Amino acid sequence: MTASERFRDTFFKPEMLAQYWPDIAHGVLVTVEIAAAVVVTGLILGLVLASLRAYRLAPINVLIVIFVDVFRSLPPLVAILLIYFGLPNVGINLPSFVVLWLVLSLVLAAFAEEIFWAGITATPKGQWEAARSTGLGFSETLAFVVMPQAIRLGVPPLTNRTIAITKNTALGTVIGVGEILNQATAAQSFSGNATPLMMGAIAYILLFIPVVALGRWIETRFAWRRS
Amino acid sequence: MGQILEQFLNLDIMFKVWPLLLRGLGTTLYLCLLVIPLGLAGGLMVALLSLSRSRAIDWLAMMLVDVFRAAPPLVLLILIYSGLPFAGIRLSPTAAVCIAFFCNTSSYYGEIYRAGIDSVGRGQWEAARSTGLGTLDTLSFVVLPQAVRNVLPDLVSNTIEVVKLTSIASVVSFPELLYSADMARSLTFNSSPVVLAAIIYLVLLWPLVRLVSRLERGVATH
Repeated sequence: MTASERFRDTFFKPEMLAQYWPDIAHGVLVTVEIAAAVVVTGLILGLVLASLRAYRLAPINVLIVIFVDVFRSLPPLVAILLIYFGLPNVGINLPSFVVLWLVLSLVLAAFAEEIFWAGITATPKGQWEAARSTGLGFSETLAFVVMPQAIRLGVPPLTNRTIAITKNTALGTVIGVGEILNQATAAQSFSGNATPLMMGAIAYILLFIPVVALGRWIETRFAWRRS
Repeated sequence: MGQILEQFLNLDIMFKVWPLLLRGLGTTLYLCLLVIPLGLAGGLMVALLSLSRSRAIDWLAMMLVDVFRAAPPLVLLILIYSGLPFAGIRLSPTAAVCIAFFCNTSSYYGEIYRAGIDSVGRGQWEAARSTGLGTLDTLSFVVLPQAVRNVLPDLVSNTIEVVKLTSIASVVSFPELLYSADMARSLTFNSSPVVLAAIIYLVLLWPLVRLVSRLERGVATH
């Protein structure tokens, strides 16, 4: 066997590709579903928290800041293990994909809150005053004048952060969520061949390269011009 | 309530596993000292490649960066740690972690440096060159210092992410903080060690997270 054949049979064995592609495809589906759910809940929760913070109610703001700081400092894998293995001992059993979705949503919400909040504080005071003087109430000003600008300012940093967090769906493999990496490692230990792992890695790259490229485009398109 | 305290904040257990977690923390810090400088150096290399006048090299650098930003770090780590032995290459957990982290973090640091270099005006280059400085001198004494200052919040913020990311090394049995805590959890059937690890991570990273917020405001008002 030549070296190139040996390489092929180690990482790209045709029989393995044929046998395991349905598993990997299923993993892709699970990854996409969880990632989509995380993006939706994480961004909405972040937006809600940032809006709430704009009312400047001291006790609520303290809670928001603590939440945001904790989830920005804590490695997601720590939170995942804590919730997945800790809660059953106090009688709460959550399925592993719910734990993954919950933790990643909270992490994304924390970063999104911080980014939207930065956008809110960056909106000039004159915008608030002008809007209020036309008769808009505080909440209306926030929702129709300030937030749209804050969101636009937040798009570039938020895109990259969101991509990085959705990639963390791979952490689900540690608690047995059937996403791509989990399917790949299971198939690899079952078959004793590295092909499924390679398939998993390639599936991730094919899935996320367009997203990364989109992120790069958005970053230049929405670039925050510093005057 | 008592059950929750018993399960998550059991001081007796925390006290007992403290030495083990402290060793884990030491290993985490050691790992950070390996992977952060490696990533910073690799990132600089990537950024310099993308400055190259050759279209092909620029394109190649961009493609590598995008591939390594698309692959989740845990996938890279597992591919290197459990995939390479099939090709006869058996790496220690430390080596596997370092290689996986190098690929991932140099891509992220590289993008940050690149944005920083882009933010330095062309005039700076021209002015420096016209005083007789060579390209290398211009880069290291004029452009890079300004570039780094402009993207300092992003550099610190990415470094926080790298420190947090070291927790995935537990998956390949690298005895860092989370690995130690998880081992203690399975030995004591109690989650308090993981809570303690979480507290250690918070104490370690919270000041840095605050620092980033302050730096970001500083640059925004610049």
